[in-house]
Amino acid sequence: MLKFIKHHVDTIVGIEVYPMLSFMVFFLFFMAMLLWLVKVSRNHVDHMSALPLSDDAPQVREHHAH
Amino acid sequence: MLERFQYDNRIVKNFLFITILWGTVGMLVGLIIALQLVLPDLNLASWFSFGRLRPLHTNAVIFAFVGNGIFAGVYYSLQRLLKARMFSDVLSNIHFWGWQLIIVSAAITLPLGMTTGKEYAELEWPIDIAITLIWVVFGINMFGTILKRRERHLYVAIWFYIATWVTVAMLHIVNSVELPISFTKSYSWYAGVQDALVQWWYGHNAVAFFLTTPYLGLMYYFLPKAANRPVYSYKLSIIHFWALIFIYIWAGPHHLLYSALPEWAQSLGVVFSIMLIAPSWGGMLNGLLTLRGAWDRVREDPVLKFFVVAVTCYGMVTLEGPLLSLKSLNAIAHFTDWIIAHVHIGGIGWNGFMTFGMVYWLVPRMYGTKLHSMNLANVHFWLGTLGIVFYAVPLYFAGFTQSLMWKQFTPDGYLVYKNFLDTLLEIRMAYWLRALGGTIYLVGVFIMIYNVWRTVAAGKLVANEDAEAMALEKVGVVNESGHWHRWIERRPIQMLVFSLVVVGIGGLFELVPTFLVKSNIPTIASVKPYTPLELQGRDIYIREGCYTCHSQMIRPFRSETVRYGEYAKAGEFVYDHPFQWGSKRTGPDLLRQGGRNPDSWHYYHMFDPTSTSPGSLMPGYPHLHNDVLDISTTQKKIEAMRTMGVPYAEDFPARANDDLHAQARRISENLKKDGITAPDDREIIAVIAYLQRLGTDIKAKTNTTAAIAQP
Repeated sequence: MLKFIKHHVDTIVGIEVYPMLSFMVFFLFFMAMLLWLVKVSRNHVDHMSALPLSDDAPQVREHHAH
Repeated sequence: MLERFQYDNRIVKNFLFITILWGTVGMLVGLIIALQLVLPDLNLASWFSFGRLRPLHTNAVIFAFVGNGIFAGVYYSLQRLLKARMFSDVLSNIHFWGWQLIIVSAAITLPLGMTTGKEYAELEWPIDIAITLIWVVFGINMFGTILKRRERHLYVAIWFYIATWVTVAMLHIVNSVELPISFTKSYSWYAGVQDALVQWWYGHNAVAFFLTTPYLGLMYYFLPKAANRPVYSYKLSIIHFWALIFIYIWAGPHHLLYSALPEWAQSLGVVFSIMLIAPSWGGMLNGLLTLRGAWDRVREDPVLKFFVVAVTCYGMVTLEGPLLSLKSLNAIAHFTDWIIAHVHIGGIGWNGFMTFGMVYWLVPRMYGTKLHSMNLANVHFWLGTLGIVFYAVPLYFAGFTQSLMWKQFTPDGYLVYKNFLDTLLEIRMAYWLRALGGTIYLVGVFIMIYNVWRTVAAGKLVANEDAEAMALEKVGVVNESGHWHRWIERRPIQMLVFSLVVVGIGGLFELVPTFLVKSNIPTIASVKPYTPLELQGRDIYIREGCYTCHSQMIRPFRSETVRYGEYAKAGEFVYDHPFQWGSKRTGPDLLRQGGRNPDSWHYYHMFDPTSTSPGSLMPGYPHLHNDVLDISTTQKKIEAMRTMGVPYAEDFPARANDDLHAQARRISENLKKDGITAPDDREIIAVIAYLQRLGTDIKAKTNTTAAIAQP
């Protein structure tokens, strides 16, 4: 029975690069993201996580500088 | 330079109140259809029957209740996170009224039976186009606001909004490709297996990107607000976001396990579903841990209570979902009430409670007053929680029970419960309890409405809330920090493109091979297009929403092949525009229905199901026996099928009605033999023709020699 459901994409020429390609896309993207997360500055993270809390009172907020 | 401006609260108020209104309507319809399942007499008219009201319920709670809830939350948080008023008040209003118009037209057309027959995408093509236009208006308004913002960085909630917008647009457009044959009727461009894959790619991601990601955005905004402390880990929220949108889009095929969908696509769906546990739980923990050190306030503040239960439900449902994607568990749960319980933990737990929390938090603030009664809000919370439990637990029990009964064999190898009805009547009590749970939940909502009304009466709407912020300085082309991720955080358009690429990949990898590789759907020579009468009957089957209770997909299990017949093959559905595999068996599977019962059985059964199946919970369809079949559409329908590649002869559309009349006469004569006088021009004749055709094509294969013998 398995012969009916296996090997359906085998007929595409060069199909074997696609799984490799998709894995690389995933892997590299998430590695780059994690690397950035490790390196990102504390200030930046604090600024970002404070964003929802900073709009309560209409007061002049020190503009964030890098 | 310090700039003064005003936040638009009126549009938030409009969306919030209409959320409550449509939520009540949607849940009320839900309660009605829950009762119809135990009291078939409640199917009062053709437009008030389960098959037509069930799509109304799902569309109302998804697009009207949660949809407006999204817009209310987005319009409130977006303005404040960006320190800017919405881009255009005119667009805000067009968005609001346009969306309500779409909902009203859905509420009218669905009970009238105007449906595409694809779950959660039932609305016909003119409404589909309207949805697209209003979605674009929403997009312009959102991106316009982002572009004129006074805060350089986009908070993670906004990423979720952007991903939602772009993905929903993509899903809606791809799944809605249909060929109109009139203003109120169209056919899905895709057929059979391909239609099923596109539909569940859409259906699954409608859950992901309409019910989940926008509400996660709201969670990342309103939970820190209500707790008055920043999110537990902003870094975790970034991982949550990218992992979620990267993985979610692949998981659609888990709705089609053991179906005729190619195995490789099913396996992809399973793998990615399991992977989803990680980001989902990361997100849940991030939400709950935001409350660290504030748990004492959860005891007092109803808003936080609602949020805690909502996020917990999110966690439960996102663990249960992947587990249900495992084939062993799916074999038990699929087609049963387990799935109904599962989606309601998400719907009334996660979406419902997030919305209620948002309402209790927003209304007093926008009206410059205090909530009328904390006690009533607490009562609502407890009634809601109790309602969820009473709704879900009986259905888990029902799903498990019924599934085991379907699969139970005697020692001699026969089905113990040969009659499907026995397995349904066994779980009737669970259906009653579920209706009770729904009622309790709805009573809570009414209490909320009273509380909101009193709060509004005590305050005054701050329609335009004063605010001020520094203008954003122009940034040079080369930015100083120069990192790619910060580059994305600052630039919404890049964000949009990136999200589209990320969510596009999954769809591309799954859909394209299914369309391009011929061997994915092995053709079966004996499978022929429907006759004109059968096609008309099929459209009535779709119109009446038969697919809401009957599947047409026999899985390759002994318990199913013994009960229903040969399991389903991909090649059997190549002319099915749209596919009608169904997702729930409140009644038996119908794939091999053809030839099982005489025409007269169907005639009586459709008039009054209890006449042939004592105790049946199926509603009668007496209008089919009275109404004359509209044959003015036959030619157009056959032409449309030809356009989509169904191999009817070139001159066939013109003489399709002759063929139709001839077949109708045969059925009418057949009925006469059993003592039934039925005019051959009634809708029931077409329905009988369709039901008798179902699944018979592959049986013909064994008679090929006979067919050759008599040309």
